[in-house]
Amino acid sequence: MRRKGVNYSKFGYIFTFPFVLAFLIFSLYPILYTAFIGFTNMQGLIPKPIHILDNPFQNFKDLLFDNPSFRKSLINTGVLWILNFVPQIILALLLTAWFTNARLNIKGKGLFKVLLYMPNIITASTIAVLFSTLFAYPVGPVNSLFDMMGWSHAPINFLQDKSTARGIVAFIQFWMWYGNTMIILIAGVMGINPALFESAAIDGANGFQTFFRITLPSLRTILLFTLITSMVGGLTMFDIPQLFLAGGPDDSTLTTSMFIYGQAFKGSYLYNRAAAASMIMFVISGILSGFLFYLMRDRDEAKLKKAQKTYRKAAKAAVREV
Amino acid sequence: MEKIKKSSAVNTKISKTIIYIICIFLAVLSILPFWIMFVNATRSTPEIQSGLSLLPSSHLSRNLHVLLDKSFDPLHGFLNSLIISTFATLCTVYFSSLAAYGLVTYKWKLRKPFFTFIICVMMIPSQASAIGFYQFMYKLHWTNSFLPLILPAIAAPAVVFFMRQYLLATLSHEIVEASRVDGSGEIKTFNRIILPLMMPAVATQAIFAFVANWNNLFMPMILLTRKEKYTMPIMVSLLKGDIYKMEFGSIYMGLALTSLPLFVVYFLLSRYIIAGVALGGVKE
Repeated sequence: MRRKGVNYSKFGYIFTFPFVLAFLIFSLYPILYTAFIGFTNMQGLIPKPIHILDNPFQNFKDLLFDNPSFRKSLINTGVLWILNFVPQIILALLLTAWFTNARLNIKGKGLFKVLLYMPNIITASTIAVLFSTLFAYPVGPVNSLFDMMGWSHAPINFLQDKSTARGIVAFIQFWMWYGNTMIILIAGVMGINPALFESAAIDGANGFQTFFRITLPSLRTILLFTLITSMVGGLTMFDIPQLFLAGGPDDSTLTTSMFIYGQAFKGSYLYNRAAAASMIMFVISGILSGFLFYLMRDRDEAKLKKAQKTYRKAAKAAVREV
Repeated sequence: MEKIKKSSAVNTKISKTIIYIICIFLAVLSILPFWIMFVNATRSTPEIQSGLSLLPSSHLSRNLHVLLDKSFDPLHGFLNSLIISTFATLCTVYFSSLAAYGLVTYKWKLRKPFFTFIICVMMIPSQASAIGFYQFMYKLHWTNSFLPLILPAIAAPAVVFFMRQYLLATLSHEIVEASRVDGSGEIKTFNRIILPLMMPAVATQAIFAFVANWNNLFMPMILLTRKEKYTMPIMVSLLKGDIYKMEFGSIYMGLALTSLPLFVVYFLLSRYIIAGVALGGVKE
């Protein structure tokens, strides 16, 4: 390359330039601007001159200490995420174990994958409205089903009860996402060196042992990926709870994203408060992702060091023997 | 020994039966809500209220009529969503491929920092910047325009990441060298030779970008206030409003209409979509 006197390295900058430009304009600037608004008194629909508050952190303080609605939205987001993620990952792992087990040889795997993934592709707002119609009171498909099966004598008002409302929102999230998680995990298992499974089979490991000793440890990176994407997705949960019950009953399904939307765009135009809430959300997602990365990376390195140590020892021993 | 073998065979059979039952149950669980939606779209409100049925009835045209009478305009929403999703998808796949190619092929100083930066950017939730973004667009008079829904798609870190992994695995440097020898400029090489080579990756990412843009609710809901600009998901949210209070058949009809295209596309492309999820997930 160099001998012709052509230096191509500038094309690295040229080709990534559109990305960087779009990022600076449409992501970085808005984030910084949001952070700035969080320190100001910007409110109302008609733009007024804004200035930074005397106590710059007033909005943040108000939110964290004096706003029960915001605190509730944070707790709800966490609760809804855990309620949907735990069963989701368990079921996805279970299905992965079944579908990748050569000895079981489940037929119709392809069809099952297609069907279980399907809810993920349909617009979340459609699904939210659909479920709120399905759970209608006093007559709706689910109530009819309960009646037909003899599970209930009187119609149940699912949507007015805090715990059932929460449960249904978590269920919808679970129902939409476990197929996706399953497919990612299956792909991860396919990527594991088959020799590992063969040697496990030769050593007489049963299904459980193979799964917990080989499959699960090899899936660590992919589990981390699933965890992080699900967590960021969970933090930004909006469509389902917003259109399912609009946060009700009694704010029990109000998520942080809905809180932000509600403060800024549903008639109150409290941009400063919404911006402060966004920043709190941003910081939380940053801390959680960083924490997860740290957790995983640290162990990896520790393991690597340990492996190197034993390797060195073995090498020494081998040298001595010779 | 014989006995052990037999009992383990029986065990396998029992566990297999249980597994099939669970899988079939889950499959039914995936289909049933949509099935009820399509069936109820053909039933009248009194029929729907009288109980659950899995067989279609004959009120399809009436429900459609009621639905469209009340200013619900799925065709318009469909068209708006189509415009936004198509252009956003084109922006995403083209510029992400370009950035990924720049990352893989050229040796520039900031290459490694740029890659780390992309990984970090992937973690940022889009809502975190929504307020500033809205204010910014408001000042530009870009609310009720499709531009703020399309142009940010140029910077799609996750897609760049995916494309980079794909290029690392598939691109041989000889192709780039050969086209240089033949006198092709760098940009031309990318457009004529590299991009066609990347088609499998582009296709999977295009499907996902399209679906994600099609399903996006938060940003359009903030930015689009004029009715004729509404996208499909916003249209759907109208179905929950008071105007359809007692017209259950029409609500189901609206839901069915707004999701039908996605069902068709999904069943046509399901194989690629699932392969795409699988590929996209294995990020190491």
